[in-house]
Amino acid sequence: MSQRSATYDAKLLRRPFRRWWRETGWRHLVGVGVVVFSVFPLIYVFSASLNPGGTLITANNLFSNFSFDSYVELFNRPQQPYAAWFLNTLFIGLTAAAGSVLLGALAAYAFSRMRFTGRRFGLITLVLVQMFPQLLAMVAIFLLMLGIGEVFPAIGLNSQIGLIMVYLGGALGVNTYLMYGFFNTVPTSIDEAARIDGAGHARIFFTIILPLVSPILAVVALLSLVGTLSEFVIASVLLRDPERQTLAVGLYQFISQETSQNWSIFAAGAVLAAIIPVALFLVLQRYIVSGLVAGSVK
Amino acid sequence: MPEHTTTSGPPPREASKLTRRQRQAAKIIDATSIGWKLILFKIVVLGLLCATAVYAALVLFMNERWFVGSLVVVGGAALTWIYLQRGALPAKYLAPGLVFLLIFQIFVVLYSGYVAFTNYGTGHNSTKDHAIHAIMLQTQDRVPDSPTYQVSVLEESGELLASEELYFAVVTADGEALIGADEEPLEPAEGAVVEDGRVTSVDGYNVLPFAELLNRQQEVTDLVVPISEDPNDGYLRTQDGQRAYQYTSRYVYDEAADTMTNTETGEVYRDTGEGAFVSEAGEQLMPGWQINVGFDNFIRAVTEDSIRGPLIYVTLWTFAFAFLSVATTFILGLFLAMVFNDQRMKSRKYYRLVMILPYAFPGFLSALVWAGMMNQEFGFINNVLFGGASIPWLTDPWLAKLSILIVNLWLGFPYMFLVCTGALQAIPEELSEAAQVDGAKAFQAFRSIKLPLLLTAIAPLLISSFAFNFNNFNLVYMLTGGGPRDVSAGVNVGSTDILISMVYKVAFVGSQADYGLASAFSILIFIIVGTISVIAFRKTKSFEELN
Repeated sequence: MSQRSATYDAKLLRRPFRRWWRETGWRHLVGVGVVVFSVFPLIYVFSASLNPGGTLITANNLFSNFSFDSYVELFNRPQQPYAAWFLNTLFIGLTAAAGSVLLGALAAYAFSRMRFTGRRFGLITLVLVQMFPQLLAMVAIFLLMLGIGEVFPAIGLNSQIGLIMVYLGGALGVNTYLMYGFFNTVPTSIDEAARIDGAGHARIFFTIILPLVSPILAVVALLSLVGTLSEFVIASVLLRDPERQTLAVGLYQFISQETSQNWSIFAAGAVLAAIIPVALFLVLQRYIVSGLVAGSVK
Repeated sequence: MPEHTTTSGPPPREASKLTRRQRQAAKIIDATSIGWKLILFKIVVLGLLCATAVYAALVLFMNERWFVGSLVVVGGAALTWIYLQRGALPAKYLAPGLVFLLIFQIFVVLYSGYVAFTNYGTGHNSTKDHAIHAIMLQTQDRVPDSPTYQVSVLEESGELLASEELYFAVVTADGEALIGADEEPLEPAEGAVVEDGRVTSVDGYNVLPFAELLNRQQEVTDLVVPISEDPNDGYLRTQDGQRAYQYTSRYVYDEAADTMTNTETGEVYRDTGEGAFVSEAGEQLMPGWQINVGFDNFIRAVTEDSIRGPLIYVTLWTFAFAFLSVATTFILGLFLAMVFNDQRMKSRKYYRLVMILPYAFPGFLSALVWAGMMNQEFGFINNVLFGGASIPWLTDPWLAKLSILIVNLWLGFPYMFLVCTGALQAIPEELSEAAQVDGAKAFQAFRSIKLPLLLTAIAPLLISSFAFNFNNFNLVYMLTGGGPRDVSAGVNVGSTDILISMVYKVAFVGSQADYGLASAFSILIFIIVGTISVIAFRKTKSFEELN
């Protein structure tokens, strides 16, 4: 393979400029244009975060300053407890992601490996439920959690456990169908061989199937984590105390209260908040793309 | 065992097709393969589940929520039954997800439907009894020359089921000890010990020590205990946790006539079926209470000009926004996929890596950052790119719409690029080569061979993308907040609001919440999205592949 591409490259190098331009050169021009369009807002926000005390107007001089003071300042604001938001988001995101993966995988295993009454109906329902994101019912979710909170304050309004439970309600609808497709690509003969060797259904599921489908588990976990991280509506409706809020709710309120004054601090908060999802995306790129093609939307 | 060796077809555990001996064998396999650890795990988890259900049901019954309590009992029993029996394997795997799905996805949708038929919202969020109670509490004066009560403040003793609620205990003129709390009128206290005209202990309660009284001073002074079932008798309140006085309201409730009378002005307020007491002059006494208003919310939405106009405008823009978002991101994504889908081009990997960045960056942050860049006075775009121009990117009704589409293009094109690349690579190159051999031009070959194949492959993704953008709350709310606001509208909406952000604003933004109307809008979205997806999935025949 490498040999072939080497000779291929050698051939390319010999191309005259006009032919190179017609065949691939203009593609690089498009590429550079797209790259500028893609990264320019990210560079802008990174530069703003390195400009302590900066406002919206001073952020326009890109990289005029180079200091991490805004990052320090970010953690010293009692009114806007950024550290708490960060940890809350991680806690809620990781728990909801783990729960979603588990619930989705259990259901996908049932749909993929078992035949039962109502199976087709169940699958169609899942595909349809996918079209109705939970935020459509935000009023009802709010009133339900208000009611639950009157009797069980620990899981009602203003509780992170309650919020995680709400997110888990959306898990089956969003993830199962994606996983189901992937489970189907694992041949049933593997299950049967294990069964003949004496493995029960639980052992087959946990020790044989789950490792085989780990790419899709990673994709679902990541998409679920990123989804929770960006989720604003339900989190803003359910979590009232600043100490309990997530990054999405906290940073939005930060920016709507102080608009352009503390732009540098906001930018620092944005950069920190984005590091984990961006890193995960880049590392798991290959898996994610396959998951996307199989039909998921962020 | 022929069934066991087939690779496709029904899995082996279909009881009806197995002989008795095979069933026995399967049982033995199952029994021997489950280790004791698994059994222990099962017992512990089921035990915890049952304990939680019993606890929850007990608390619910104590709060007189009979229906929900019974549901918890039935649900807990059903789950235990599923996991204790042999077989019912699909149920065992589906149950955990289904529980959450049923409560937080299916039930809340039905509940939205219910709320849409009520006047639930600010000033109408409780029952009529609560409303009467609340009106009486608002305007209270101490009854002149009324007796002073020696009061003790108590709370429930015990750890597990004790609430945080505070109680008053007082001694009447004839020496009887009474106890009561918020919305719980005074009643004889059992096992009360009275010393010096003051209650010093009651069975099941602890008298708050002085330090604790100071600690919870706000709660103590806020506590208002009805003297009897009849709210007109007045209430006990205390300022210091030692002496309580009788307070009565300026309003008198006449139960027989179902009217409220203001004793100062003599104005009579009647229950006219609107969920509030209304005077002859049409003045409403707030708070009101929650009632069923039938189709009122829906009728208001289509007949009241100040709501109908914005609703139609927002609906049209929602469709336009969702359609244009899918179209622009798809066109750019497909174009880039074609540009970069050329073996001869070098360093495609790096371009691709950079292009994935906008997609990886959390969406809500992107919108907030773009909102900063598009700021009219200070933003980067006006100040640097347009050399100090003052273009109202986010505050002009039409430019704001354009800005939203531009930002959404930035957010969404990487996704379309990735899926189009995937789909293009899945189409065999021989097809276009064959067409070119037959004399077709490159573009012609693409248009009539690759494009149709590509579209069939990604049609379901385009539908999901449409549905996603139809409810793309974060982008709209974080970028423009739905604004610029339409001041002529009767509800809080602006020219870039989509239906879902309108629901959010009607229900949760500002001082006046109208949950009923917001839910009616939600139901409208449900109907629109449902219709579109059923039609779309039927057209693309996605349902037929399900089996």
